[in-house]
This record gives sequence, C-alpha cells and structure tokens, in this order.
Amino acid sequence: MKVGVVVFPGSNCDRDMYHVLTDVFNLDAQYYWHEKSLPKNIDAVILPGGFSYGDRLRAGVIAAHSPIIKDVQKMARKGVPVLGVCNGFQILVESGLLPGVLLKNESLNFMCEWTNLIVENNKTPFTNQFKLEQKIPIPIANGEGRYYVDDDTLKELQKKNQIVFRYDQVVNGSSNRIAGVCNEDGNVVGMMPHPERAVESEINPIDNKPSSLIFESLLSKMGVSN
Amino acid sequence: MSLEPQELTELKSKIGRDPTSTELQIVAAEWSEHCSYKSSKRHLKMLPMKGPLVITEKGYDSGVLDVGDGYVVTAHIESHNHPSAVEPYGGAATGVGGVIRDILSAGTRPIAIFDGLRFGDIEKDQQAKWLFKNAVTGIADYGNCLGIPTIGGEVEFDKCYENYALVDVAAVGFGKKENLIKNHAKKGDIVVLMGGSTGRDGIGGSQFASDSLESEDRSAVQIPDPFIEKLIIEAILEARNEKLIHAMKDLGGGGLSCAISETADALEIGIEMDVDKVHTRESDMHPDEIMVSESQERMLIVTSKTKFKKLQDICKKFRIGCSVIGTVKSDNQMHVKKGKKTFANLPTDVVANATLLDLPSKEPTYLKNIEKEKKLKPISDYSKTMMKLLSSPNIASKIWVYGQYDHEVGIRTVVKPGRDASVLRLDNGKFLSVKIDGNPKQCYINPREGAIGCFEEACRNVVCTGAKPIGMLDHLQFGNPKDPEIFWTFLESLKGLTDFAKDFKIPCVGGKVSLYNETPDGPIKPTPLIGVIGLIDKTPQIPQRITNDDCLIIVGETKDELGGSEYFEYIHKFIGGKCPAVDFTESKKNMKSVLEIIPKKLLKSVHDCSKGGLAVAVSELSMNNQIGCKVDLNKVPAKKLDVDRILFSESHSRYLLTFDKKNLTKVEKILKKNKTSYNIIGKFGGQQIQFTKGTKSIIDLRVDKAQKMWLNSLKDLVLHG
Repeated sequence: MKVGVVVFPGSNCDRDMYHVLTDVFNLDAQYYWHEKSLPKNIDAVILPGGFSYGDRLRAGVIAAHSPIIKDVQKMARKGVPVLGVCNGFQILVESGLLPGVLLKNESLNFMCEWTNLIVENNKTPFTNQFKLEQKIPIPIANGEGRYYVDDDTLKELQKKNQIVFRYDQVVNGSSNRIAGVCNEDGNVVGMMPHPERAVESEINPIDNKPSSLIFESLLSKMGVSN
Repeated sequence: MSLEPQELTELKSKIGRDPTSTELQIVAAEWSEHCSYKSSKRHLKMLPMKGPLVITEKGYDSGVLDVGDGYVVTAHIESHNHPSAVEPYGGAATGVGGVIRDILSAGTRPIAIFDGLRFGDIEKDQQAKWLFKNAVTGIADYGNCLGIPTIGGEVEFDKCYENYALVDVAAVGFGKKENLIKNHAKKGDIVVLMGGSTGRDGIGGSQFASDSLESEDRSAVQIPDPFIEKLIIEAILEARNEKLIHAMKDLGGGGLSCAISETADALEIGIEMDVDKVHTRESDMHPDEIMVSESQERMLIVTSKTKFKKLQDICKKFRIGCSVIGTVKSDNQMHVKKGKKTFANLPTDVVANATLLDLPSKEPTYLKNIEKEKKLKPISDYSKTMMKLLSSPNIASKIWVYGQYDHEVGIRTVVKPGRDASVLRLDNGKFLSVKIDGNPKQCYINPREGAIGCFEEACRNVVCTGAKPIGMLDHLQFGNPKDPEIFWTFLESLKGLTDFAKDFKIPCVGGKVSLYNETPDGPIKPTPLIGVIGLIDKTPQIPQRITNDDCLIIVGETKDELGGSEYFEYIHKFIGGKCPAVDFTESKKNMKSVLEIIPKKLLKSVHDCSKGGLAVAVSELSMNNQIGCKVDLNKVPAKKLDVDRILFSESHSRYLLTFDKKNLTKVEKILKKNKTSYNIIGKFGGQQIQFTKGTKSIIDLRVDKAQKMWLNSLKDLVLHG
C-alpha cells in the first residue's frame, strides 16, 4: 500500500501531508519530486497544497506542465485514486484532470479560516466512509480558491455526481458553493480545504473525526483493492 | 548617506592610505548605524544574554535556545521601517524574507512568523490606510508562499507615525541541536553565493535605513521573491542534512560587503573574492554596486572544494543560482577583485568594527509635566464609551489582518491567532508560545516603565497559555540618536528592560536597534518592541467554550494608571497621566500562581488585561464565546478608584481566570497559598455584557451588537472608511 506525495518547487504542504499519511494513518508514503516518474505499483497519488512555482502566471498552471503530471494522468486513467488539495486541486484542474477553474476569491484576499463542508458524493475513494450531507469542519487557506464553472458544466457535474464537497455557506463566491469535485470516474478528487490540517485533535479546535474519514476512506478503498 | 568626515579620516589612518571608491562603499555600508549599531552597541551589553538554555556560537544571526530532547528553538526580530514607509508591499515582504534567512542561517527550519505593524491615525490619514493595507498584503504574499505560518503580532495606530510605518517581523525556527551549523572555515575553503541574482535593487539600503527619511529613494528598497526564498530554504536544509555547510550567513543590510566582512571577522579568516563570479541580474554592474546591492534571497556559504559538487547538485535540483565567488585565506583581509584587478583590500576587523559612539543624553523637557492629569469631561453613558472603545482601531479585532495570513500551515498551530499568544506544538511533545508587544503611548509618557510594561505584557501573554518565559527578543525603535533627549529615552528603556530581564532571569537572545525613525512632524514615540518566547512542558491552556454560570476571577491589583491608555487617548484625546508601572514582586507572584493552576486543568480560559483595561478584556471573553457576563466593579481589587479607572486602567500583572464553578475551591486554594491578590468579580450567562457598581448599572450592552462592532470596524475602515 504505497501512497505517492508529489512535490513541486514551491509545494509547502507536502511535509504536513506526509506526516498525516505516515504518523497518523500508518501508510507507506513516499515523496516524488516533480521531475521524477511515478512507480507503476503505486496505490494512490496525492498532490499537496502550496505555491508551486510561486503561483506565477496562475496558480497551478506551470506545475501542470511538470514531467510527473504525465504519470499522474496515466494513473488517473487506470483508476488509481488521486487527491489534489488546494494547490494540488488547482494543478489537477490546470492539467485537465478535473473540470472547472479556480479564480481569485471574491474578497480578492487570501483567506485562512475554518469552514464547514457538506459531503455531496460518498462514492469516491476519499469519501466512501461518509454519510451523504455529513458536515466536516476544516480550514481553508488560499487566494485563488473560488471554483467556477459555467451553468451548463454545472448541470453536467450535478448529473454525473461530480460535486464532492460544498461549503455550508458562501465562503468565497464559488459556483454552487463548490469546494471539491471529482472526475467522471470518481477516482480523481480535488478539494480546496486542507484535510491534513484537520485530522489531529491537538490542532483541530472543533472535531477531527470527520476529516479523518477522508483518509480512512482511502484505507478502506485500498483494503478492497488488495 | 556616506561616511562622516571624521570617519573618513579614521579609515585613512587605520589603513594608512586613501581608500578606493569600492572600499568607501563597503565601509559606508558596514559602518552605517543599521549594520554597525555604533550608537547603541556599547549600551546593549547591559542586557543579560546568558542563561541555562541559551546556546551561543560565533556568527549566529539568531538566538538559539535548548528546548530539550535534542531540539533547539531559534528566534530573531528585525524591522523594515524605512523601506516600508516608501514601498509598503515590498518593504514588509522583504522584512519577512530577511528575518527568515537569519533563522535559516543557524541551520533550523523557520516555523512561525510574527509581525508588529504601526501606522499613523488610520481614521484620518489616507496614507496610513494605504501603508497598512499594502504592508499586510506584502507580509501575506511572502509568508503564505513560503508555507511558514504567521501566527501572531499586533497592529497599532498613532499619530506619531504619520507618513511613516514601523514594520517589525520576528521569526522562530526549530531543529535538532546536532544539525545546528557550527560556523567554521579554514584556509582553502570556498565561498559560495547561493540564491537569487544580484541586481540594482536595495543599493545603499543600510545607509538609507540609517538616516532620516527625507528622500523617497525607491531604488534603495529591495524587491521580494518568496518563491526563490522557498527554494533556498529547502535547498539549504537539504545541504545541512548532507553536512555540506561549514559556515553560513544571509545577505541582508549592506549586502555582500557586510556578509563577507562579518563572516571573515567572526571566523578570524580572510576572504578573497571576485565580483565577476557573482551571478548578476544585469551584465554591466560596477563592483561597487555588486558589493552593496541588497538584492534579496541570497545566502553566503563557506564549504570545502570536495563538498561543493554535492551542493551544486542540490542547487541544480531547485534551479537556484550557486556561484563560487571566493576562497578563504589566512590573512584576515577582505580582498575584492574583478578578474585580476583589485578593487578593495581591507583588514576585516576594520570593516566589521566601526568605532562605537558614546552619545550624550539628557532628560527630555516634555517629560517634566506629562504625568500630571488634567480635568476630563465626565462620562455620561459608559455603554456608549465602551462601544466606541471596541470600535477603536487599536482595540477592534484584527481578524481582517490575520485572516489573510496562512496561520495553519506546518500543522503546529494549537492555539490560533486572535488570543493572547499563539501556541505551537514541537516534535518533542512540548509546546512553544510566543508573543510580541509594544506600547508607544505608554513609552512616550514614561520610557522606562513603558518598556518594562511591554516586556511584562509579552510575558503575561505567554503565561496565559501556560508557558514559562525562557527568552526575550528586543527591538528598540527610536528617532535620531544624536538628539540627546531621544538618546535618553533609548537609554531609559534599555535600562528598564535590563532590570526586568535580570530580575526575572529571562535572557535576551536576540534583538535589533532601529534609529532615525523620524517623520515630517518629528521623531516617533519611543517604540521598543519585546518578543517573549515561552515553553510549555506538558499542558497548554487551550481556550474552551465559556458557558452559563462559569466563574470569573481577576488576579492582580487595578491601579490608578490611565496614562497612555486607549481611554485617555482615544476617548478623551488626552496624552499624559500616570503610566502603568510593573511591581516586580506582584508580577512574579501572579505569574507563579497562574502557571501553577494551568497544569491542573481547572480553567477554561486565561486572558490578560491590557489595552482598554478590565472592561475590554472581559468583553473580549464574552464576544469570543458569544455569552453575556455580569461583573461587579466593587469586587475588583483596587484602592478607592473612580469607575473609569477600574474599567479602563491598563495596570499590568492582571489575569482573568474563567472556570466551571465546581473548581472554585481548588483555584482559590492555590491563589491563597501564594498570597495572590485576587477576587471573584462576576460570572457568565445571558446575552448582555454588564458592569455594575453594587446594584447600580454602569455598562449594559448586547453581546452580539458589541461583537459585530468589534469584529467589523477595522475591516470597514480599511475597505470603506
């Protein structure tokens, strides 16, 4: 059971994610530098948050052209679970693995605060342990976190059950209060909030159990595939 | 912005010839106030710098504290006032960058940023608003990109900073003791410049910062690039793990001139360097420009020829520049060449050690009568006064500021910003609590008591989290030191800090002096800023939700000390009165009691009384917990004080303890045992913030209304005001 944590120049949540995977959930995690390739036997890939390439041009757009993205695309096609968090989500969107775009927050400011998510799809490898509409207290930290799709695409997403998380109230002006989406197959999930910042009770002032289910879902999924 | 005539004479006599133009530039940078501390250095020695936890090594740019189990914490503080006053975005951002590299230089990973921001009267002054907004964005864009949480600080507005800005940044690092860089070098080692390219930004920055701000010299302001800084951090920590670094120094004020001369002087070596080897942003830079450019995101590393290959590989991986610019010699000379031609060849001790000044001082005339009070207009409605105070930019919630800073990244932040002090978890199971505090209003009225007050307040804040203060950082910001009256205020503050530090056995682990902070209207108020680092062995006091019937105790005496208070200055527009003074014995006793109660897990929250006094402190508890409270002012330990004094006096050493009433006996037992002055002053419940005197209502406010005002007023002022 191997989880790859992809590191781009400027990633800054890679170590946090690695800590959670290894120390909290006892997974075998490995860092993969963006110029390296991913091994074929990897069970899941995570693109952590941060400021890849300093968010130059547009968040995630340069990293989306990193050599490792070709491997991530291959894995995604094979059905391997892929999770992009914050900047990782932006990279997945920019590399065409997920629909939509992420725009500057309505306030035009960077926002760091605790929000509540509502689970809209509990069939993905990262949400299979949730009840539908379960609430997750979780922090966001982004400047370009406003998910946007046009109305037709939104309808498509709804029809194909691709909306994974929504905020329980308006946070940054994102379409339909969307906080996370998946691809049509459901194995590639992107989300703006940071689950790795919410799974330990010591640093979660509200409730760490719901966020933990994101990783427990992955564990359960791997249990099945093994 | 160059050497004074007597300094030139001195330089000539020391080297026995006329200096070259490059030598003049190098020496002018290094002998500037900013780099040499020539006005302050002989006095700074009075501060205690040693302690059982302090680790000292030559050439460190940050303080190092041993926190046990093989781990160390590093800390440093800097300001970027002059640049921020001209270009607040870049000035504030590069201020963060500089202090982060100081933490990195010791071989530790930066884990937290703190910033203290001061501007003019934001309600009246559009310039102050512009400076404030852009400085906050500068810090946010830089710190967020680095992935280092900004977890604390303070924001204050005062007319004395009109058209000016104080931007102070502190940073804390963490690492293994065995990974600390033990600065050393031997003949034949090579000197490497790593990181961003050297350009024409920040030319003469240190001299610019050592003079009154007369010209808005934008070319003296450095340009930030947090992405490069992030790459440098990761590259250096990788190189540190591979033991590739013999000695390291960041390039800050004075650029290469200072980094080369100070490294050579500290390690007692010579360095011969070639400016042609420096990777530059432009091709036609003159050696003088290369030597004094303050381009950011650069580090100087001394390593051996054999280790260089590996260092180069790491730099290649991160695609950052890495040039061998010189070699280590044994002649104690700083030898700057361009190809074969020598441009400067100076003894390092001459460059690195400016002659220290012994400036005259004289008690300022304004202080003669300032502590006298004048008759104030009586307050007819204290509820209204209270609402006004809660909306005062100095008291209103700073959520608009810290909400723009990533304060969670690094997953260490146990107590989040907006409380007394933030708390970080460390890898050895302990917790770190850090706070910075300044109080120019009080320091203006009484430079000594004011400075001590800042120190005690910072201690109080970390004590509120259950932490024992283990080290302090001081940042002394004053006007032109050549004015004897200003220099007197500097000395008084310093003496006060020294007395407190010695008495409380809290060593000074780092600091900075920033002088020549002058505005068109004159010098700034004395603004020492004190950072206190506290360590919690086991149990931090994490704020828990306050509920119905919870008890409120005040520890400490409330005194007639409204001088420099928000109440006097914001409500009555009166500058003067008696400045709060710390009673060392009472302060120690109260700290001891609070630190004894916290680990017993009896308390829901501990909050200190500071700006706005008791009334604001209690209201903050109510607003943060969305619950009412009822406080009887007759119960507050105080000697026959008028209502306004009990409500708003900013006396030190006071703590508000909130707890479930079932714990009352246990809490009281400890307070009584330590002979602490305290009383039960009220309880929580309902939806109103109420202060009474006996049965008479003094203040009666709805919590939600007060909270709305307190949370939104600063944001509204910035966005729409």
